[in-house]
Amino acid sequence: MTSHHSIPGTVPFGPEEAMKGYALNRMCYSFNAGECRKAFLADEEAYMAKYGLNDQQKAAIRARNVLQMIAAGGNAYYLAKLAGIFGLNMQDIGAQQTGKSVEEFKAYLQSFASKNEMVMKGGKNV
Amino acid sequence: MSKILGSVSTSHIPSIGKAIALKLQQDAYWKPFFDGFHKVHSWIAEQKPDVVVVVYNDHGLNFFLDKMPTFAIGAAQSYATADEGWGIATIPPVAGDAKLSWAIIEGVVEDEFDVVTCQEMLIDHAVTIPLQLLWPDLLPPPVKIVPVCINTVQHPLPTAKRCLDFGKAIGRAIHAYGSNQKVMVLSTGGLSHQLDGERAGFINADFDAECLHALINTPEDLTKYSIHQLVELSGTQGLEVLNWIVGRGILGAKAEEMHRNYHIPISNTASAIQILQAV
Repeated sequence: MTSHHSIPGTVPFGPEEAMKGYALNRMCYSFNAGECRKAFLADEEAYMAKYGLNDQQKAAIRARNVLQMIAAGGNAYYLAKLAGIFGLNMQDIGAQQTGKSVEEFKAYLQSFASKNEMVMKGGKNV
Repeated sequence: MSKILGSVSTSHIPSIGKAIALKLQQDAYWKPFFDGFHKVHSWIAEQKPDVVVVVYNDHGLNFFLDKMPTFAIGAAQSYATADEGWGIATIPPVAGDAKLSWAIIEGVVEDEFDVVTCQEMLIDHAVTIPLQLLWPDLLPPPVKIVPVCINTVQHPLPTAKRCLDFGKAIGRAIHAYGSNQKVMVLSTGGLSHQLDGERAGFINADFDAECLHALINTPEDLTKYSIHQLVELSGTQGLEVLNWIVGRGILGAKAEEMHRNYHIPISNTASAIQILQAV
């Protein structure tokens, strides 16, 4: 693998994460099916065991902690299906990961809106 | 010979699907985004495309990490949607143009892009939301599609240069295809956003402006960036700009920007729309 400087607060989903997170992501992939979501909600522990989650992954799920899920190899595109089960939207998820309240996180997103006009008009490079 | 009309590129944020379902187009939060499509609708009405080549990334509906193709092309007569796990409504199957799919597949493989071919392929919100935005209230849309799926999910990802070259190969194959069909490109995803990690909420309007400018007539300028640099500049999911780069490659050397819309925030994303007319 090519080595890179790390990007703060960012884990690109590469080979290491793909291997480490396989069971967790495979479980999340199953949640495309409604009956699997029901089975998980009916008995989380049995469902996690069925998919062979390791202790770190199980603990992250029990804690509903997204950063822990990422540390355990979770991929954002698959974790999104889990967020659906828990009734969390992307602002809830963003707030949790950044230690902000949902309102603070929304305000943070809104703070970038001052650039909208610049980009609409072609950007500073044009 | 088939004609390539141009491209529409748009974000494919899941919450747009919910806004469409709830008819929130005039809602204050959504209006700046949906209003960006008026010009898209008139452009499509003028251009009258027969087929749409949709360049997108799958979000764990058709592909899982067990088998993850770098480039996959659908070759089906029909593409179904399905439950994605978080509540988006399914839409009726969308018609495919399997003959054009195979012509593209033959062309790009001849050009040494060894794609995965899919005679069955579920299309997710990255295809269906943009189709609904382009043809509101028309389900299924009055066009056939060729889905082209790019891996933006699991690294290693194809480089920006490889994506641009792949698009160029698709463009050559479409030009060589012996029909009089009018082909439009629809590239989806982006622009800058990051859903995961302590850097969640990251948005980079300056880089988005650079991308939108480069995509018009200097897409090679974007190939100087490594995938790692693109993650840093546009976010872990902002990497979906790779779909736009493939789409731009399909258009050929020259394009004219007919329309642009850019609005932060839609959900956690810098939403963008761009129409490029092939010249």
